[in-house]
Amino acid sequence: MIPAAFDYVRAGSAEEAVELIGQHGEEAKFLAGGHSLLPLMRLRLAQPSVLVDIGRISDLSYIRDAGDHVAIGALTRHSEIEHSDVLAQHVPLLAHAASQVGDPQVRHRGTIGGSLAHADPASDLPATTLALGATYVAQGPGGTREIAAADFFESFLMSTLAADELLTEIRVPKMDGAGWSFQKFNRRAQDWAIVGVAAWRRNGAAGVGLVNMASTPVLATSVASALAGGASIADAAEQAAAEADPTADLNASVEYRIHLAKVLTRRALEAASA
Amino acid sequence: MEISVTVNGTAHSHDVEPRTLLVHYIREQVGLTGTNIGCDTSSCGACTIHLDGQSVKSCTVLAVQADGADITTIEGLATDGELHPMQQAFMENHGLQCGYCTPGMVMAAIGLLDENPSPTEQEVRIGLEGNLCRCTGYHNIVKAVLAAASA
Repeated sequence: MIPAAFDYVRAGSAEEAVELIGQHGEEAKFLAGGHSLLPLMRLRLAQPSVLVDIGRISDLSYIRDAGDHVAIGALTRHSEIEHSDVLAQHVPLLAHAASQVGDPQVRHRGTIGGSLAHADPASDLPATTLALGATYVAQGPGGTREIAAADFFESFLMSTLAADELLTEIRVPKMDGAGWSFQKFNRRAQDWAIVGVAAWRRNGAAGVGLVNMASTPVLATSVASALAGGASIADAAEQAAAEADPTADLNASVEYRIHLAKVLTRRALEAASA
Repeated sequence: MEISVTVNGTAHSHDVEPRTLLVHYIREQVGLTGTNIGCDTSSCGACTIHLDGQSVKSCTVLAVQADGADITTIEGLATDGELHPMQQAFMENHGLQCGYCTPGMVMAAIGLLDENPSPTEQEVRIGLEGNLCRCTGYHNIVKAVLAAASA
C-alpha cells in the first residue's frame, strides 16, 4: 500500500513550519514521526496534498524540569518519554503510559505531539495527559497560546488546534508523590486499548482519564468528585462511565466497555492507593 | 527528491518520490531484498531495520524522512562470512520455520539487546511484541534471543 502522491517540504524551525502550513492551506499536514499519519495515508483514508516535515526540528525534542511541571517538546519520541529520568521521578504515570504505546519500533518513531494532535480517543497519551491536567502549547502565525488538555479534544480525531497551528510543547504538572496506575485492556500485544484507564491519587485529590470510551479521551470527573466526597474506591469506580459515551465495535459492545471502565477504574484506584 | 543514505556502510544517493516508503526504497532502489514486507499496516515487524541505531518499521517511514540516516538491514549483520551472534543463535535454536518474519525478528532482537543486554524471558517476549511469526514459532525465537544475550 502506497500513499497517494503529495508534495513534501521540510521545516527547519517551528516558525518556518507554521509559515509553510499557512502557504499550503487546509490540505497540508504536519509530519512528525508519522506513526499515526502514514498508516492512514497508506490506506488512503488521509490524502494530504502537502506534507510539512517537522521531524528535523531538533529544538522541539526535550524533557525539562520546569519547577512545578515538566516541559516536553512536541517532537519527543515515546521511547524518550518511557526512559526519561526526569519523568520517572516527577511524572511516572506518563513515562509508564508511554511504555505501553504500540511496540518498541513504534515508540522509536512516534512523538507525543503527533499522538496528541492526532486526537485518537483510543491512544494512550491523550487520556493520560488529560488525567494529569496537562497544558499544551500551540504556535500559530500570531504567536503561541496555551490550551488546557480538558479544552483540547473536540471530537473524533479533531482537536481545537487551528489548521495553521503547531503543537510545540506539553506541560505536565509534577505528581508530587501521588500514587498512580495505568490499566490497559487489549486482546493482542501492541494493540490499542479496548478500554484503558490512567489514574493518580494524592490525599483527597484524584485524576482519572479514560481511553477509548467516547469519541474523545474522557476525564472521569465524577470519579474524582466521589472520592473527594468520601466515597469508597468501589463506589467511586461505579461512576467511571458517567462522562463516557462509548461506541460498539468488533472488540466490545457498549455495555462491555462500560463494565471494563468500571473494573479498570477500580483496579487503577486500588493500585494508586496502595 | 534527491536523498542520501548510508546502508550497511555503503553510501547511496537516489531520486525518490516523496511517497516512497523506506522499505520499498531499500528493496527496489538500493536492491536489498532481505527486508520483507509483511502486513503493510505497521503491525507485523517483518520490515524492521535499524535507522540511526534504533529498530523501526520501514513500512512506516518515508524514504525522504531517512535522508542523511545510517541504515542497517539484515544484509549488514554478517561480517567476513561470519554470522552475527543473533543470526547464529537463531540458527542453533531453530528460531525460524518459514523464515519470513526472520529478518525483522533478528533486527528487532538486536535492537532489544542494545537497550537491555541481559533481558529476562518475559522482557524478551514483551520486547518482541512488535514482531509477528505466523508459524507461531515464538518459543524458539525467545530461546534464540536469550542464547544470543548470554553468548
